Amino acid sequence: MKTDKQLLSKAKIVVVGNGMVGHHFVEEMAKNSDYQITVLSAESRLAYDRVYLSSYFAGKTADDLALTTPEHYDELGVTFKTNAKVTNIDKSAKVVTTESGDCFEYDKLILATGSYPFVPPIPGGDVEHSLVYRTIDDLEAIQASADVSKVGVVIGGGLLGLEAAKAVKELGLETHVVEFAPQLMGVQVDGGGGRLLKTKIEELGVQVHTSKATNEIVAGDKHRYKLCFSDGTELETDLILFSAGIRPYDNLAREFDLEIGQRGGIVIDNQCKTSDADIYAIGECALWNNFIYGLVAPGYSMAKVAVKDICGEEAEFTGADMSTKLKLMGVEVGSIGDAHAKTEGSLTYTYENQPEGVYKKIVVSSDKKALLGAVLIGDTSEYDTLLQYMLNAIELPESPEGLILPMAADKPTLGVDALPDTATICSCHNVTKGDIIAAIDCGAVDVGQVKSGTKAGSGCGGCAALVKSVADNEFEKRGVEVKKDICEHFAYSRKELFDIVSVEKIKTFDELLSSHGRGLGCEICKPVAGSVLASVWNDYILKKPHLSLQDTNDTYLGNMQKDGTYSVVPRIAGGEITPDKLIVLGQVAKKYNLYTKITGGARVDLFGARVEQLPPIWKELVDAGFETGHAYGKSLRTVKSCVGSTWCRYGVQDSMSMAIDLENRYKGLRAPHKIKFGVSGCTRECAEAQGKDIGIIATENGWNLFVGGNGGMKPRHGDLFATDLDDETLVKYVDRILMFYVQTGDRLQRTSVWMDNLEGGLTYLQDVIMKDSLGITDALEEQMAAIVGSYQCEWKTTLEDPEALKRFQPFVNSDKSDSNIQFVTEREQIRPARGEEKIAVTFIPSVENDATEKEAVAEEV
Amino acid sequence: MTTTNTEKTWRTICDSSDLVKDSGICALLANEAGNEEQIAIFHLPNSEDKIYAVGNYDPIGKANVLYRGIVGCIADEPVVASPLYKQHFSLKTGRCLQEEQSISVYPIRIENEQVQVLY
Ligand code: SRM
Ligand SMILES: Cc1cc2nc3c(=O)[nH]c(=O)nc-3n(C[C@H](O)[C@H](O)[C@H](O)COP(=O)(O)OP(=O)(O)OC[C@H]3O[C@@H](n4cnc5c(N)ncnc54)[C@H](O)[C@@H]3O)c2cc1C
Ligand code: SF4
Ligand code: FES
Repeated sequence: MKTDKQLLSKAKIVVVGNGMVGHHFVEEMAKNSDYQITVLSAESRLAYDRVYLSSYFAGKTADDLALTTPEHYDELGVTFKTNAKVTNIDKSAKVVTTESGDCFEYDKLILATGSYPFVPPIPGGDVEHSLVYRTIDDLEAIQASADVSKVGVVIGGGLLGLEAAKAVKELGLETHVVEFAPQLMGVQVDGGGGRLLKTKIEELGVQVHTSKATNEIVAGDKHRYKLCFSDGTELETDLILFSAGIRPYDNLAREFDLEIGQRGGIVIDNQCKTSDADIYAIGECALWNNFIYGLVAPGYSMAKVAVKDICGEEAEFTGADMSTKLKLMGVEVGSIGDAHAKTEGSLTYTYENQPEGVYKKIVVSSDKKALLGAVLIGDTSEYDTLLQYMLNAIELPESPEGLILPMAADKPTLGVDALPDTATICSCHNVTKGDIIAAIDCGAVDVGQVKSGTKAGSGCGGCAALVKSVADNEFEKRGVEVKKDICEHFAYSRKELFDIVSVEKIKTFDELLSSHGRGLGCEICKPVAGSVLASVWNDYILKKPHLSLQDTNDTYLGNMQKDGTYSVVPRIAGGEITPDKLIVLGQVAKKYNLYTKITGGARVDLFGARVEQLPPIWKELVDAGFETGHAYGKSLRTVKSCVGSTWCRYGVQDSMSMAIDLENRYKGLRAPHKIKFGVSGCTRECAEAQGKDIGIIATENGWNLFVGGNGGMKPRHGDLFATDLDDETLVKYVDRILMFYVQTGDRLQRTSVWMDNLEGGLTYLQDVIMKDSLGITDALEEQMAAIVGSYQCEWKTTLEDPEALKRFQPFVNSDKSDSNIQFVTEREQIRPARGEEKIAVTFIPSVENDATEKEAVAEEV
Repeated sequence: MTTTNTEKTWRTICDSSDLVKDSGICALLANEAGNEEQIAIFHLPNSEDKIYAVGNYDPIGKANVLYRGIVGCIADEPVVASPLYKQHFSLKTGRCLQEEQSISVYPIRIENEQVQVLY
């Protein structure tokens, strides 16, 4: 009988196991404050990221892997205990007891006990340096053993076995993998893929032994142990790591009479309930539909279902897709659906490129309309698209083989929609597409809330554009009108603002704000307006009305560094520079004591200039014939080139001249984001053109044009847009493509993301540019011609304008310099002083100059 | 030993023509303890107070850069966005809108075409 007091107190939830799934359950459950949650962990620490376990050997610490902290659980109001293995469940009294005798009452009990590594009973296998790979404690044991070992053998060549082999390799041991079956990763990959995988992994220095059954482990001659195989062969080793599969931790269920499967696992229904209505099981210990899922994502889904069921909401677990994409020791591996073509009547297409180590297979239905499965080794770039075909039963194109053949002309790509829910969107915070959708499910109504709810984008910030497209796409799917508003001051997208500015002939931000915006503007809309005004009118960006619109980088025509100094990057078109100019760079760097580095963009960057030094530095550079390199602008950066046919014995066109012409043509063009080009003199592609926004590769007959390549955050190879173009057509197409991008791209959207989001994709763009399907190519060319014709070096213009130069004086009321900027010397050059290296400078009115003299940087050399 | 003068007075910084519309400038002050202090002065002609003075030091980016940030408003609060990591600081209260940080605010006025700060 319940007393009033009991009714008032919160319902008690006890979670057994604080692994990845148990933790996920706690986080989800804690969102509802009507429950008192207690979580009991058998391990000595709270939940951590098992999926990234291997990164421990690549330098990650236990803290880095932690998914939570005691403080976080306190904040959530969750009670927890570590080293608290549950050994008893009293179902009628609803009490669990731990090894140390602590009792916990529950109203609902959650078993999230996960699984443990299976160690086959091999005679002689139970020795000191025979280990497993599952917990952080295991890793510590492996590390300790590796310190006194030379050779390591992993028994088991499945997915986890290969992960373990990678760890052993990284620990510096001679590494072997022993597999019972004739191939590696037999669950996910077919025979052909397994063969290739073996070759690739052996190339990385791991020896793979397939079709080997270990009969016995005895003392070794040269090393600690000797494995004796059934075929009479032997292998000596110091360390043995078992990775022969996992078994569910179902012992509690077994002992206390919950239904378990024939081959283990706690039986659950679609609500994740066990045979006792008040006990749930989730994660790797649970058996659903006679199946155990050895992946986190299905476990997370189960956790969510259990939470909903407890809260009285309707929810059902209906299974999960087991497709996987991963990188094993640098080898890309993808497995989708029916990888083994077991479906009756199924047909397969296979592409194998032995020299490059690529193997791809798709399995299709007998009518060739549906994709059933796929295996990808060495190159998984089609994974997302293929998975999408299978999951959404999208009808296959006429010739399905086009999906896996390289350079197939009509290779369809599917936009962000195509990304699977497990795709990582934000790697800093490990946020998947599924997490973003979940945030929206939980009530996030705009991208801002998605970001604060999932933390996506709050690390390096590089994923912001992708997070936004995934979220927007999801909102659109739910019929929510996606506000493309760039910020609270303008209810328009960048493209709409572009149209407004050009159609209404608006020339200043104030005009735009008073006619179409509200408030005072902000750091988002102002630079967008600045960029649009620059693209449409190509005014000098520091002209009075535009001045306050620019980010500091554009205002001071340099990139701001962490200490408030700036970098100086002159244009070095195509990377070609005369010795005289190179000497000038050296002299200027020396005179102003600037840190000097060759950039990744094949030019020279001079770092550490104070605002007030920028004009004199640039005066010397401009006098010597240099121009601004726009390293600060959302504009053309570099055109990387190779020497081409002029010098190179393989070159088939003059890539150098082409690169210089292109760089000079488009320099200064303002765009939604930065633009990079590459021009290679032949297919060897030394300029890495396919990784650039605009990539150009010489052919015997002209130039192949690639569009939408990207390095950086999310690399993408450009799409082959047109082949064998002559010089004139090439430039014409590039004019049109760039102008179309400038007009339609979103804020901070590189051409790669723009291409991916362009409805109709590559074919559409080809139609617009080459067939003039929108009837705009003349206008695009005219607009570009106007911009090319009105180019000015922003630094030259600035130096000629005393008003603009005033901006470079640090203080209105003093000639002094910022005393917080201090340098120390490292490898014979300056670098910013760290906090602890700085000299506190106080201002003493009578001896003003002392302060500046204390700084480590010498103004004159 | 320094004599502490707690009396604050209005001191002239510059001419009002030195202000840059919708943008910032920086002034170097010496406080009563003799320490250097940099202040960022912003001129927002379309906002309520029109002119604002706050500390120039960005406590998050740890550099003297705030006067070089873009100004505007967030939900009608006049703000400057740090040029380093883009957090917003209220020009009225000095409070950071994203993190538990704040910067100093100084009373500022224009008298006879002169910009004056009370410190
Ligand atoms: C200096 C340089 C690194 C170096 O030491 O070599 C550099 C430095 C910066 N890069 Fe870079 N990137 C440099 C080459 C590259 C390259 C290589 C290349 O161009 O071939 C890439 C990958 C290629 C690409 O862009 O597709 C690259 C991808 C990025 C990205 C990621 C872009 C993306 O689409 O994911 C950013 C962040 C951004 O732009 O949003 C970035 C941003 C930056 C910024 C502007 C970050 C910042 O805001 O402070 C750095 C400041 C430069 C400065 O202070 O002068 N940098 N950056 C290189 C200058 C090249 C040049 O001459 O202009
Ligand atoms: C090296 C490695 C790489 C992996 N890579 C991937 C991957 O790339 N993708 C993927 O999806 N999955 C991967 N996995 C699998 C993934 O880690 C698991 O699916 C996931 O951790 C399962 O979560 P869980 O909470 O069910 O179990 P676990 O994370 O194992 O947690 C169960 C916890 O319960 C504790 N426990 C057990 N019994 C008791 C008891 N009686 N009382 C109290 N506590 C108890 C255990 O000690 C453990 O801490 C990988 C696993 C490993 C080991
Ligand atoms: S790309 Fe071709 S032309 Fe250029 S350097 Fe390489 S081989 Fe030579
Ligand atoms: S913030 Fe998302 S990847 Fe860095």
